[in-house]
Amino acid sequence: MSATVSTIRQPLIEGGKTYHQITEDICTPTERTPSTAWVIAFLFAVTGLAVYVFCLAWTIWNGIGTWDLNRTIGWGWDITNFVWWVGIGHAGTLISAILLLFRQKWRTGVNRAAEAMTIFAVICAGQFPLIHMGRLWLAFFIFPYPNTRGPLWVNFNSPLLWDVFAISTYFTVSLLFWYTGLVPDFATIRDRAKGIRRKLYDFLAFGWTGSAKHWQRWESLSLVLAGLATPLVLSVHTIVSFDFATSVIPGWHTTIFPPYFVAGAIFSGFAMVQTLMLLTRKVLNLKEYITLEHIESMNKVILATGTIVGVAYLTELFIAWYSGYIYEQYAFYNRVLGPYWWSYVGMMACNVISPQVFWVKKWRRSIFVTFFMSIFVNIGMWFERFVIIATTLARDYLPSSWSYYTPTWVEIGLFIGTLGLFFTLYLIFSRVAPVIAIAEVKSILKSSGDQYTGPNAAHHHAAHSEAH
Amino acid sequence: MKQGANEVLFGLYDDEEILLKAVKQAKADHLDIMDVYTPFPVHGLDPILGLSESRLHVAGFIYGAIGCLFGFLFMTWVFTRDWPIIFGGKPYFSAPAFIPITFELTVLFAAVGMVVTFYVICGMGPGTINPTLDDRITDDKFCIAFNTNDASQDAINKLKGFFSATGASEVNTKTI
Repeated sequence: MSATVSTIRQPLIEGGKTYHQITEDICTPTERTPSTAWVIAFLFAVTGLAVYVFCLAWTIWNGIGTWDLNRTIGWGWDITNFVWWVGIGHAGTLISAILLLFRQKWRTGVNRAAEAMTIFAVICAGQFPLIHMGRLWLAFFIFPYPNTRGPLWVNFNSPLLWDVFAISTYFTVSLLFWYTGLVPDFATIRDRAKGIRRKLYDFLAFGWTGSAKHWQRWESLSLVLAGLATPLVLSVHTIVSFDFATSVIPGWHTTIFPPYFVAGAIFSGFAMVQTLMLLTRKVLNLKEYITLEHIESMNKVILATGTIVGVAYLTELFIAWYSGYIYEQYAFYNRVLGPYWWSYVGMMACNVISPQVFWVKKWRRSIFVTFFMSIFVNIGMWFERFVIIATTLARDYLPSSWSYYTPTWVEIGLFIGTLGLFFTLYLIFSRVAPVIAIAEVKSILKSSGDQYTGPNAAHHHAAHSEAH
Repeated sequence: MKQGANEVLFGLYDDEEILLKAVKQAKADHLDIMDVYTPFPVHGLDPILGLSESRLHVAGFIYGAIGCLFGFLFMTWVFTRDWPIIFGGKPYFSAPAFIPITFELTVLFAAVGMVVTFYVICGMGPGTINPTLDDRITDDKFCIAFNTNDASQDAINKLKGFFSATGASEVNTKTI
């Protein structure tokens, strides 16, 4: 490869890998019997999934009355969880699409798992708007299909309907993008497999041969899908924020919501990617592919987006005061010092203050600090959604209808349950598919392998030339 | 390419740089390459091989334009002709409110259309099994393949000479 590479660039693949070793390292986890750690994790996840199924059945059988929602607070944990999961589902497409357009090579180590995470997170997110409709069996009413009632169409002017289109499109496009990237890697596993596994991967690999023309089309497709997914990912959380911003509730009706939600989504998504990547690289022994360099890059994104979110929180407060509009001022006074003050404190501490540790390079490169921070950020972002939704609704226009809301065990179970669903899907994925994009890592080996770049490059390179 | 009855003579190379030199040589020798197979996209291969740029993005633009028009015109038809309803005192034709769904449908049509087109023109799909020359092509071998159906022994010897001259690590034949 003739690409010019700066020698001061840190390598992204360590251990002096050859193409064959890359195949071995990444395919092996799908080929051997699962480790004890995996089995234990899977049992936990499936237990969570069982909790989900139980709480879902309970909700459908007994109705939404099993939740603690009331006339004042119509959206509680359900929509909080929805927005939280959708936000998490943004990092995958961000990493695979936006970083592809910006030619950020470090994306290749983490894009596959991040995209999988996106798809599973959107699956979890999609549960909540459906369940909270109450009569789940009528959920198809949200689609504009020709019906016998006129046909009476859905309201295309409603942000809630825009959301239906945004989430469905996002899920479809992410799935196609992810699967098309997986096809050549499934072919790699197929060509190593025997017997029934060969048949399975024959099916999954779609008949991939590695022909030059196919690669050319595949790259063209990936690039255009990335170009499409970039505005899409920004639009999806913008539209989610419209669910709030186009209403007439003080505290929701603000123009800052779209960028604020998008930054928050990237922030929480990267945190979840970090949580998963730190576990994956350890359990599957992929430390040479998901290096400290990758972790540091993602921590920089977390720091940047966390700070953007912090600026948004302060801007909201400032504008509320500056507007001179007492309802808006009260909404924010209530948000900070009202009955849910503790969730505001949790949000500020986890989202704005704690990520500032990443200004220090040593902590940015610390696995321990990164892991704890990623959990903090996940918690903080959940609080943010809760603060926006529940605290705003709890104090609406008429003091006589003010209310307070605490979740019932069913709502808590549904949330814990979607975590179970998410981790079940992720663990199955890590057994069936290569968690790192094999072909893409191979394609950057000569520009980012540690025998070609970084401090040890010259030494290795000399040895490499002698061997020829 | 028809399946089932092609005699293929192919050489495997260990590195993409050797492969690129070999493909250049083959072009200089006017050898008729059937196909080149690689484990990952090798940059710089397409122009040497003489592959024209993929027009998949043009197809994507057309699908996107169809989605865009379909979405916008459908909502316009519903709210101005089929069942006009006043929402919040806004006009029936409230174009700004149609933008989000129009955008989503543009992206959806373009993405789905392109992906389906990609699989159809590559002859791939769920459960499709295309014959492969060697299992290591998806691992670490780079392959140049020649169709030798009607080739004379002289021509085959010439190709074998080409493989050994350009540094192929293995030369094999297979009927696919």
